Amino acid sequence: MSSIVVDHASRWFRNVVALNDVSMTIGPGVTGLLGPNGAGKSTLIALMSGFLAPSSGSVTLDGEPLWRNEQVYRRLGLVPEREALFDHLTGRQFVVACGELHGLPDPGAAAQRAIATIEMTEAQDRSISTYSKGMRQRIKMASALVHDPAVLLLDEPFNGMDPRQRLHLMELLRTMGAEGRTVLFSSHILEEVEQVARHIEVVVAGRHAASGDFGAIRRLMTDRPNRFVIRSGSDRTLASVLLADASVRGVRLRPEGGLEVEASDFGRFSEVLPRLAREHAVRLHEVTPTDESLESVFSYLVSS
Amino acid sequence: MSSLSAPVHRTVVRLGVRSVFGRWRGVLLFALPVVLLALAVLVRVLVGQDRLAAESTLYGLGLVVITPLVALLATSGLLAPEIDDGSIAYLLATPVPRWQIVTSKLVVALGCVVAFAAVPMLVAGLVLRSDDPTLALGFGLGALAGGAAYCAVFAWLSVLTRHAIVIGLIYLLIWEGLLGGLLSGIRWLSIGRWSAELVDRIGGVFLVDDLPVAYAVVALVVVTALATWRTGVRLRAFNLTGDE
Repeated sequence: MSSIVVDHASRWFRNVVALNDVSMTIGPGVTGLLGPNGAGKSTLIALMSGFLAPSSGSVTLDGEPLWRNEQVYRRLGLVPEREALFDHLTGRQFVVACGELHGLPDPGAAAQRAIATIEMTEAQDRSISTYSKGMRQRIKMASALVHDPAVLLLDEPFNGMDPRQRLHLMELLRTMGAEGRTVLFSSHILEEVEQVARHIEVVVAGRHAASGDFGAIRRLMTDRPNRFVIRSGSDRTLASVLLADASVRGVRLRPEGGLEVEASDFGRFSEVLPRLAREHAVRLHEVTPTDESLESVFSYLVSS
Repeated sequence: MSSLSAPVHRTVVRLGVRSVFGRWRGVLLFALPVVLLALAVLVRVLVGQDRLAAESTLYGLGLVVITPLVALLATSGLLAPEIDDGSIAYLLATPVPRWQIVTSKLVVALGCVVAFAAVPMLVAGLVLRSDDPTLALGFGLGALAGGAAYCAVFAWLSVLTRHAIVIGLIYLLIWEGLLGGLLSGIRWLSIGRWSAELVDRIGGVFLVDDLPVAYAVVALVVVTALATWRTGVRLRAFNLTGDE
């Protein structure tokens, strides 16, 4: 059982702050690191895998610093986001080489085990240059698993995978978490994270925005105020009846026609709107959420 | 852990050899000595055994062009592409000591220098002057020593900047080539001149003025060792996401 402790870690590149005073503990089980692109997820994973020094604060694995400490890789496996591999090798040669670099007593057997785990046995003797994106992702996984590490860090592992491979990797991560390994993976897709991770850490704009079990994070994300643009047969009538309802926080008539509505309770609003429209005989032409983008969800989390 | 205390790591060497020859640059490595040997044969056929012609071929083409280019091609094929595309992470996310990764890579580069610069120089020397084998030996050893220093310096450049090849070429063309020809003081700070001094001493020729051979040897050793050490230090503090 190993854990990574990030203690008030910040990282800046010249005058750009990539990570701002982040503290978190990643323990056994699967943790999802969620955040929009550019939020600092990769920076955080680089800190946790010893490939970046914190500008201030500390990052440790079981009390040992990760920076300039190659011995930590005996217990840690890393699946980087970048695609590049040793393309001139076959999958098997690559994983065996990784086993040798880890100083394993029987790298061949360890490679076979790792390759079987990620179901690449059939393609293992093909050159990596012929692999699809998903196969590359899996052979990267095998290279990170070859020494049976207690900690596994994966940077955007689901990128480029087809749905079947995705399900398989999710299953694999769940199994490894259940075995007591410390597994952390990053993603910018909430649905992806909550299918696998028991625990979620949210990073937005370099800050640690939220932390908790996926139910709590899900509620945080869906209970925020939502904005909609509504076009209807009678905007003014609809505006007045909507404003009377507790789920609506504000209504504005748009000069070009239509209504802008801010709802504080999405669940209730989605039920109230059609009912009120029917009761007052207002025909709804269009209901469009205006801030459904992930970025707006995340920025709400930061401000709350 | 005997493998950890060995000067080189077999796996890193094996991967290094494959990455040098797995790219088109590897073909250039074969082409360079072929050019040297072809010119040596041509000169021998056209001019015969001539001291001046032999020296200017071995020096002007072999020591000044082929040796540093072989070192640059071999070293840049070993480190720079892996750093550029991030695949060096698979070497670094292991408990292999960083200095061992560097020495292993440099052993591969040095192997290239031996195979594609030093031995071809020796052979070209014997072709040009079969009556004077010490000349061939001098150029062979000069290429080896100079090549080793070039490899270490280019490896260091590779971990310092993404423009290692350009800076390496600028050093060769501007510093050693252009300025080295204009300002004689550059001989004190030029790998090419140091190795030429070594050739002078062993091969009994006169390529460089007024440069003590002891200084040349010490300078070559110090630069090779210093650059190797600094490369290891830099690799130990390698930022995987530093460019984002």
